[in-house]
Amino acid sequence: MSQDKTVLIANGQGFWGDSLLGPLRLVEEGPLDYLTLDYLAEVTMSIMQKQKLRNPSAGYATDFVEMLRQILPTCQKKGIKVIANAGGVNPKGCLEAIQAVVKELGMTGIKIGIVEGDDILDQLPELMASGEKFKNLDNGEAVDTILDKMSSANVYIGAKPIVDALAQGADIVVTGRSTDPSLVVAPLIYEFGWSMDDFDKLAAGTVMGHILECGAQCTGGNYNDWRNVPNFARIGYPVVEAKADGTFVVTKHEGTGGLVNIDTVTSQLMYELGDPVNYLGPDCTSDFTTIKLEQDGENRVRVSGVKGSAPTPTYKVSMSYEDGYKIVGQLTYTGPDAIEKANLGAEILFERVGMYGKPIPEEDRFIELFGTNVCYKGIVKQDQPPSEVMLRVGAKSHDKNLLNILARELAPLITSGPVGVTGFAAGRPRPTEIVGYWPALIDKTKVSTRVLVEEV
Amino acid sequence: MARVQLFDVAIARSGDKGDGSNVGVKARTPALYEFLRENLTTAVVKEHFKEICFGDVKRYELPNLQVLNFILEDSLGGGGTETLIMDAQGKVHSLAMLHMEMDIPDELLA
Repeated sequence: MSQDKTVLIANGQGFWGDSLLGPLRLVEEGPLDYLTLDYLAEVTMSIMQKQKLRNPSAGYATDFVEMLRQILPTCQKKGIKVIANAGGVNPKGCLEAIQAVVKELGMTGIKIGIVEGDDILDQLPELMASGEKFKNLDNGEAVDTILDKMSSANVYIGAKPIVDALAQGADIVVTGRSTDPSLVVAPLIYEFGWSMDDFDKLAAGTVMGHILECGAQCTGGNYNDWRNVPNFARIGYPVVEAKADGTFVVTKHEGTGGLVNIDTVTSQLMYELGDPVNYLGPDCTSDFTTIKLEQDGENRVRVSGVKGSAPTPTYKVSMSYEDGYKIVGQLTYTGPDAIEKANLGAEILFERVGMYGKPIPEEDRFIELFGTNVCYKGIVKQDQPPSEVMLRVGAKSHDKNLLNILARELAPLITSGPVGVTGFAAGRPRPTEIVGYWPALIDKTKVSTRVLVEEV
Repeated sequence: MARVQLFDVAIARSGDKGDGSNVGVKARTPALYEFLRENLTTAVVKEHFKEICFGDVKRYELPNLQVLNFILEDSLGGGGTETLIMDAQGKVHSLAMLHMEMDIPDELLA
């Protein structure tokens, strides 16, 4: 293989709900080999399990399929492959939806691959019988306490099954809960023929994935020196130029807005980082203290030097469980005495809720006076009393009806409480389910993934 | 010596880690990194965030990137999905960190 071979990989979706303009502009405005898209967060799987319970063909990221409708003709023309963890808890349902879209577009010769096997919710009894404990990684608690409330359980799988799908000719690969970096590592392994025990290379790919996984957060988005970032509206989503030796350049399409420099890339490397020496992943452990960054021309940062080592014998498992309900409503109090009146308003509210027969316990109540530096509590001092504050008031409870009473009693504070209340335009708040998050581990040998590739 | 906010000497980014957050701080020069490595200790950061962070503060060093990475345990009012606070994911703990004032030697500010 030529050492000069360059593979272009982009990420057009940093999270479920990211701008549709990202993927559209990435495929239209410059050259590209692979478009990756990250849809899943911890809570997402739980939402999707609920959707699937109501409708067996649901439970995946439907907006991914709608986005594909818009980009597929260009992708086919330019030969761009798409890899996304949009399958949620129903990759097969996602596959069928994509097939329908391809047919509607009148296209043929498109191969769609799915990766299954990450969803272990139904297998938990057998897995536990075989010795898996699923103790909470953060606090060591036994899983028994949440077993009957569990709503999703997914293994963070690695790059290998995605590589297999690509090897079978897939133009589109959809996975369930694979790690974000795996979406990027897989095409590198496939294109460059990297071995699964070449840990330095896999670590380089993992670092690439970490830089890309939040979309425009490495091209000037959410960057401290924001005044230096040109043309935010047309910010370019990241594109990397990858080489077979594991080095790569982070850049963006010519003529797009945003900024790629050592600081914007470093900012993203710091994002959600834990122990930098032991960045654990399914395919390798990466050492972020070995990363070398150099500016390589305008809006180009070269990344090299990354070292990795063998992965742990376990996969991470993300479990979620139902943990009652929460509600937050808001009212704006204006001065004079805005803080005092807002606090009194909250006090009246909780007393009135209690008059229905069941008070909300003190420890479940929530009051935040936005405008009193709550984001910088104890750090930024307030010299003058604010002339307006937003009362954010709410509670947590396993009794949904109790929270509905609170919701109903919020607006009456405007006419039957202290003067100066406005801003109820958002309307009556609704209780939402609290999704508890339970991280755990599973022996890798207990997990088997399946790859299915079908042509339309 | 000049009394400055960390905004003048560093950039930062933060995000959630369970019921805590991480705050990465990148010094603007290698010399400032050495200065911050000496002076931006876990004790200093814990005191700065005393009304936000109720757990331990851990620190990791990445000299290759001029970065100090802090973990602020128990700083999100119960964690990303359960908390009711405005900054549920610690998104602006980064800017909260950079509000810190420090006496910096003049030669490092040149």
